[in-house]
Amino acid sequence: MGLTGLAAGALFLPAFPSLGGTPVDPARLLEPGLDVAQKKRLADAGLNAARAAGASYADVRIGRYLNQSIFTREKQVQNLASGESFGAGVRVLAGGTWGFAATNNVSEAGLAKAAQLAVQTAKANSKVQKEQVRLAPQKGYGEVSWKTPIQQNAFEVPIAQKVELLLAANAAALANGASFVNSSLFQINEQKYFASTDGSYIDQDVHRIWPTFSVTAIDKATGKFRSRDALSAPMGLGYEYLTPKAADQVAGAAGTGLVGYRNSYDILADAALAAKQVKEKLTAKSVVPGKYDLVLEPNHLGLTIHESVGHPLELDRVLGYEANYAGTSFATLEWKAKGLPYGSKVVNIVADKLQPGSLGAVGYDDEGVKTKRWDLIKEGRLVDYEKIRDQAHIVGQTESDGCCYADSWDSVQFQRMPNVSLQPGKAKLSVDELIKNVDKGIYIAGRGSYSIDQQRYNFQFGGQVFYAIEKGKITEMLEDVAYQANTQEFWNSCAATCDESDYRLFGSFFDGKGQPSQASAVSHGSATTRFNGVNVINTARKIG
Amino acid sequence: MLSKDDAQTILKKVLSFSTADECDATLNGNTGGNVRSARNSISTAGANDNISLAVESRFGKRSGVATCNEFDEATLRRCVQRAEEIARLAPESPEYMPLLGPQTYLDGGRAFAAATAAITPDYRAAQIGASMALCDQKKLSSAAFLNDSVGFVAKRNSKGLEAYQQVSNVTFSVTVRTPDGTGSGYASGDYIDAAKMDAARFTKIAADKAASSVKARAIEPGKYTVILEPNALLSNVDTSLLGALMQSLDARNADEGRSFLSKKGGGNRKGEKLFDERVTIYSDPLNPDISDLTFSGDGRPQQRTTWIEKGVVKNLYSTRFWAQKAGIPDLPRPNGWVMEGGTQSTADLIKSTAKGILVTRLWYIRPVDPQTLLFTGLTRDGTFYIENGAIKFPVKNFRFNESPVIMLNNLEAIGKPVRLNGNLVPPLKIRDFTFTSLSDAV
Repeated sequence: MGLTGLAAGALFLPAFPSLGGTPVDPARLLEPGLDVAQKKRLADAGLNAARAAGASYADVRIGRYLNQSIFTREKQVQNLASGESFGAGVRVLAGGTWGFAATNNVSEAGLAKAAQLAVQTAKANSKVQKEQVRLAPQKGYGEVSWKTPIQQNAFEVPIAQKVELLLAANAAALANGASFVNSSLFQINEQKYFASTDGSYIDQDVHRIWPTFSVTAIDKATGKFRSRDALSAPMGLGYEYLTPKAADQVAGAAGTGLVGYRNSYDILADAALAAKQVKEKLTAKSVVPGKYDLVLEPNHLGLTIHESVGHPLELDRVLGYEANYAGTSFATLEWKAKGLPYGSKVVNIVADKLQPGSLGAVGYDDEGVKTKRWDLIKEGRLVDYEKIRDQAHIVGQTESDGCCYADSWDSVQFQRMPNVSLQPGKAKLSVDELIKNVDKGIYIAGRGSYSIDQQRYNFQFGGQVFYAIEKGKITEMLEDVAYQANTQEFWNSCAATCDESDYRLFGSFFDGKGQPSQASAVSHGSATTRFNGVNVINTARKIG
Repeated sequence: MLSKDDAQTILKKVLSFSTADECDATLNGNTGGNVRSARNSISTAGANDNISLAVESRFGKRSGVATCNEFDEATLRRCVQRAEEIARLAPESPEYMPLLGPQTYLDGGRAFAAATAAITPDYRAAQIGASMALCDQKKLSSAAFLNDSVGFVAKRNSKGLEAYQQVSNVTFSVTVRTPDGTGSGYASGDYIDAAKMDAARFTKIAADKAASSVKARAIEPGKYTVILEPNALLSNVDTSLLGALMQSLDARNADEGRSFLSKKGGGNRKGEKLFDERVTIYSDPLNPDISDLTFSGDGRPQQRTTWIEKGVVKNLYSTRFWAQKAGIPDLPRPNGWVMEGGTQSTADLIKSTAKGILVTRLWYIRPVDPQTLLFTGLTRDGTFYIENGAIKFPVKNFRFNESPVIMLNNLEAIGKPVRLNGNLVPPLKIRDFTFTSLSDAV
């Protein structure tokens, strides 16, 4: 749902998207937070106060959320912001009802007061409550820890070096004919401590990074303008993502010049290519609407997976908990029981909170459940959902899937999407071999316009670049392309997917859900995949 | 909440610690809470209470910002020092503008109500409890969200600018569904004053829409006359057609050639008639229904400003830097705005419609082509076929591909504006609205 969860104070700070938190000196991002013994003592103060106030269960999250964002355009830095947000949230069950309160007074007294307020809120709401919360049992893990296995903490890299890289990318775009270029780098470090009355004390250090840009070309004579965004993916990696390695690069379809990126990204090469492509977009042929076989590369297909598989299989949506905001789902428990095909036999989709380099990888979720990998769709059939502790019993299961997340210490944790990925084909198949058999098709790369209904039936997607495929070959660039489909028809039209050598991750850095809305980050892996006979519309219009 | 005097006392102290060329200090306070329900049961609830100080220090064209949320003398001094340290290390801004001096702000708005500041967890439980009870009675399932906040903003800078204002807001939204999932309705409302909030009233509207939207029939997508209710035109949780139009009135994007307001060959289309002559949109921070802050984040006054008048683009907003560079009026982006309308209710618009579709709400609206301001999205939570001035039957939801620019040229009628998300928005009757496919979603 786009960029959400902006800082409440952003209105009075420089006018750029803020990752939240208190503006701090960049050096502050490298200072250590509280040590584990201090956090345990504070958490225990919250847990004890919650128990004393009458909670049957309580968890405390002490969070230090660090971020840095850099924005540039053409030859100048527009904004640099380093942020820190530190505080604690206490969630309790009292009278069978959830209560939550947060405080930035991270002291034993502050934690105890928040715990008491959470219990007071739970008790007030339990008076009008009818459905008691039931938690799947969860053993305590004792004192454990987990870290994103990064090679270089992005905060350790001097800002001047990061600015230099973004400005070099801008220069590469301008040198290749771009009219304008905006580039940015987002870096996040969540230092999270979780403790619960189940006996878990979990210390985690989570890192994410996203370099991106948008290149614009303008034809002044006609007034036409087009843009092409970066083909990077936000990743659960450190700054090593910005040191390109040849082994991480995968060639796109022959004739397009496109390159796919795995665990490292060449922002300079992509910016130069983007400038060349955006100029080509100004004069590209407007698509003839109709049915086409679509060949979708991973940096595009990731968002289609996110919207048409990841979201409909969130059990809170299925059950109606998101009905007033994001919506519900066609994939109800009744629908699943019918055993209808979600997709064709080649569609195997897994949820995976362990996947290295992914945005959703953590050791434990935000309610103290160890993470795992599980099947969602096997050979086209829906086999499972995405769940947390208070939902498992509803589908007759006894354990959570470890999908609970809160975007800040002052947000209440709830069910969020894990990494959801289409498995690559087992038979050897390259992109060019896949295209070879397409008679009339379109090859689409990059994340573009996206929209899907509140039950995840009808969607429409655009992309960054589009190429016509005729008789097995890429022939020319197209413009004004969007495809509309129904989720089940679309996945049932899935004809083939390339092998593992083409597999890579796409990511969504700011996925919005919940009220108040919270952002989460999640990855989606796939290899280039073919879908037959999809309806393509022409999006060109004229205004006066 | 800090009073004006208490806030300005802190800000004066902050400025007294400054050694920078320029210093700007802003105090921002917010207290509130929320409760959320689903399946006629409470799902989550939360509360927040925060006051923070942001200090911006400047040395020449270098600027640094630091914040704190404790206000003893030592903390304030450290905060100013940190802002100055960050400023010294910052690159020079090529778009530097000196801080504003003393400003005159409009007075007399009513953006704050004591009743909203007095909200308790019990008030929230009672409001959402009444909503859930109504749905229980009718054997319908509801999901709802009540959110309230009161806050203040206080500013002071080394050039003599001084500002203070309090604001409050309470919002409620509810989606009601039939137990078999074949009907769905939505309603929402928001006020400055919590005394006006009646969650059950909105729940009844959503419940009626849910009950009357079952057994929806499929009709062919295509171009239809539509009546778009205010919730179909504006949203505070999604992109919206009128919201996106107002977000697009940025002078720099237009001047740089990357807006629907850019002119072939350069420049922008301010002064051109781009919409039906009945379209007039203005902002007014003193409007009693949508009173809001009378100053912007950088201290510029928010004044009554006409953005579109009788279909003509009258003004574009910009940053102070761009206003100076382009030599245009220095207008900040407005908060709330008013689209002028008539006296007709949605029911009146239905009565005058021979054939058409009533749309409660549009959803998942995303830009498709910024060149034409084309958006796509879907109808949701109550879509009905109208014939001979009456609703005949519910219809399945549609996907649309439409531009608000085209839409506001195909205007048939404008109804009476109502408050929505801090704006005044009328229902609109539009001809030839483009639905491109059907959706099975309810």
